[in-house]
Amino acid sequence: MNTKEEQSLFKKGFSRREILKTAGIGSAGVILGATGFSGILTAFGETPFVDDNHETKNKVNFYGKHQSGILTKNPEHAYFVSLNCTAKSKVELKEMFQLWTRYSVQLMNGHLVEPDSANKLLPAPDTGEAVGLDASHLTLTFGVGPSLFEKSELGMEHMKPHELKDLPHFPKDQLDPRYVGGDICIQACADDPQVAFHAVRNLIRSARGLVTMRWSQTGFNSYGMKDKKKMTPRNLFAFKDGTGNPNVDDTKEMDEVVWVQPGESESWMSGGSYLAVRRIQMHLETWDRTALREQEATFGRHRDTGAPIGKSDEFSDMEIERKENGKSVVPENSHVFLARQVKDRMLRRSFSFSDGINSDTGSFDAGLLFISFQKNPQQFINIQNSFGRADKLNEYITHRGSALFACFPGVKKGSYLGAGLFD
Amino acid sequence: MNRFIKVTGLLMLSCGILAGCGEDVSHETAEKEESVQTKASSTEKEVSTYKQFAIEQLDEFVMATEGFVEAVKAGDVEKAKELYAPARMYFERSEPIAESFGDLDPRIDARLADIQAEGQGEEEWSGYHKLEYGLWEEGTTEGYEETADQLLKDVKELRAKVETVEVTPDLMITGAVDLLNEVSTSKITGEEEIYSHTDLYDFKANVEGAEKIFEIFKEKLTAKDADLVKKLDENFTVLDDLLAKYEDGKGGYVSYEKLTQEDTKALSSAVDNLGEPLSQMAIVVE
Ligand code: HEM
Repeated sequence: MNTKEEQSLFKKGFSRREILKTAGIGSAGVILGATGFSGILTAFGETPFVDDNHETKNKVNFYGKHQSGILTKNPEHAYFVSLNCTAKSKVELKEMFQLWTRYSVQLMNGHLVEPDSANKLLPAPDTGEAVGLDASHLTLTFGVGPSLFEKSELGMEHMKPHELKDLPHFPKDQLDPRYVGGDICIQACADDPQVAFHAVRNLIRSARGLVTMRWSQTGFNSYGMKDKKKMTPRNLFAFKDGTGNPNVDDTKEMDEVVWVQPGESESWMSGGSYLAVRRIQMHLETWDRTALREQEATFGRHRDTGAPIGKSDEFSDMEIERKENGKSVVPENSHVFLARQVKDRMLRRSFSFSDGINSDTGSFDAGLLFISFQKNPQQFINIQNSFGRADKLNEYITHRGSALFACFPGVKKGSYLGAGLFD
Repeated sequence: MNRFIKVTGLLMLSCGILAGCGEDVSHETAEKEESVQTKASSTEKEVSTYKQFAIEQLDEFVMATEGFVEAVKAGDVEKAKELYAPARMYFERSEPIAESFGDLDPRIDARLADIQAEGQGEEEWSGYHKLEYGLWEEGTTEGYEETADQLLKDVKELRAKVETVEVTPDLMITGAVDLLNEVSTSKITGEEEIYSHTDLYDFKANVEGAEKIFEIFKEKLTAKDADLVKKLDENFTVLDDLLAKYEDGKGGYVSYEKLTQEDTKALSSAVDNLGEPLSQMAIVVE
């Protein structure tokens, strides 16, 4: 068999559905030896390369100019995890990201991370809970936090972009150390919560000894349909969340708001983006006893339609300077009004969460896993500072978790995640 | 796994996907399975070494239990407390074997919670943990003489029965991982020794039990996957070093209550980091 044939063979990978069909009848997956995929390829002196499989249903591509899970529309379920890095050298870390590259493609193809082994005394290389499920639009987004660059054993201090630092303390922050910081993050989003979880679980399992889990948060979004199109999802305060976002299909706008351009940061960040994440508790009990008019004044939008106050269409112009009898129509302490006091913009990609109840108070532990992407963390900082103490929304929310990560640019075929940083 | 099998694996892989050569597939499967079998039978030396180890441990366990039971019956609470945890270590080290006897294991080692979970009453409770309760909770041995006698009987029976256990590579491989799982599920949480808080003794013994199995397979394993051996060596060292931090300077360990959440988290992740490569040890039978 020549090299080309092998490659095309391996590109096919193992569909999780295929495995179901063939299990037990001496299928390819079952016959393969314990050392698995990489072992076989290594025997031929090949570096394992797995490509995006375009025949896969409900698939998002892994390879490209930018990572997936940033501009990808309409994410439903998220599993976000922040990790501590315990690797002892940069080489170990680089190898981990190389493995994660291959695994990510497999996962986003809806395949097992490694085929099963014939040896039943070994645990299965893939944990298996996604068998029978398709790719479910899985996206995987990887980033590194400021603390990673402070680890002297990794020797990467000089690679740290100066804008990559812990977010400053903001007025009214009440951060809980259990939800702060991290050396590395993985954001997994999918139409199915189990597919997202499976991806993170297998990535972490493959990196035992190199990372430990620091904190994690799941989240969800639900989309109503109108004319066969998904509508803006509502957060747990019942307001449409995402209306004011910039247009992800507008390349120019994305280059201005989201993607780091050459020369704007360390070169390994060109084409990447900064991910700000906040775990924000939403006090549902207080909110629920607030008059509807007050609720609408809190955001500056109507609840039902999502339209700017005084208007009826969700997407009509905010016209923030509108006045009636000398008073601003959109209240000056409303969330949207304050967000627009600075010229900075960001791409928000948040998820609701509900984590049972707070054992101290007996109230819901629910809120928003706020995630935003911007080419410079300062955009987030400026907007959050504009909210400051003034935002009427502050009465109903408390920021509990916070972290900032530099997300790598996309991966070229044959290369790997973070190559610019590790090579 | 040698190069030949890897290549075969690749050819079969192509068959599976192209689904055009069904007969060949079954033929190759048979060949592969046969080779697994042949190699499995060449683990005789390892199997008998392990059985020898288990017998030695249980010999020691009988003696240590004799001393402990004597102290209990003499009403010497302090002495009994001193002997309790070290005696149990022999048992914990050889747990994969001891566990083969479904009835004896709980008689010797059940916690009250286990008994209750089985739907039984407190009167069914016997063994080490019942005496632990008397010593630490009630501060007495009074009324525990019968339990002590029964314990010694059970331990001796266990020792006698070990001769009959059929030790297999499977039992050893699964046993090593199970020992670590024990640590993860009950030692880390301090739920094994709820009165004496001597969990670190059991912890250490479980790890030693797993390490012994690794040592026995080491030579064979090195030939197959030297990287795996290196990784296991490193991870055992990390865990052993961590445990050493809690030695009390008198040959034992500090009370588990002294450990902070940070301490137990560090121990827990060291165990997980070791468990993952340890579960790959099964390649020795290929
Ligand atoms: C639990 C906390 C939060 C809730 C419930 C919330 C909710 C909302 C809602 C309902 C809107 C209006 C609809 C839309 O344009 O999406 C909005 C807009 C916005 N929010 Fe938030 N938000 C929260 C936190 C934040 C944070 C932490 C930031 C950034 C620092 C932020 C930045 C923005 C921006 C930039 C807009 C768009 C304003 C515009 O240009 O129209 N939000 N938010």
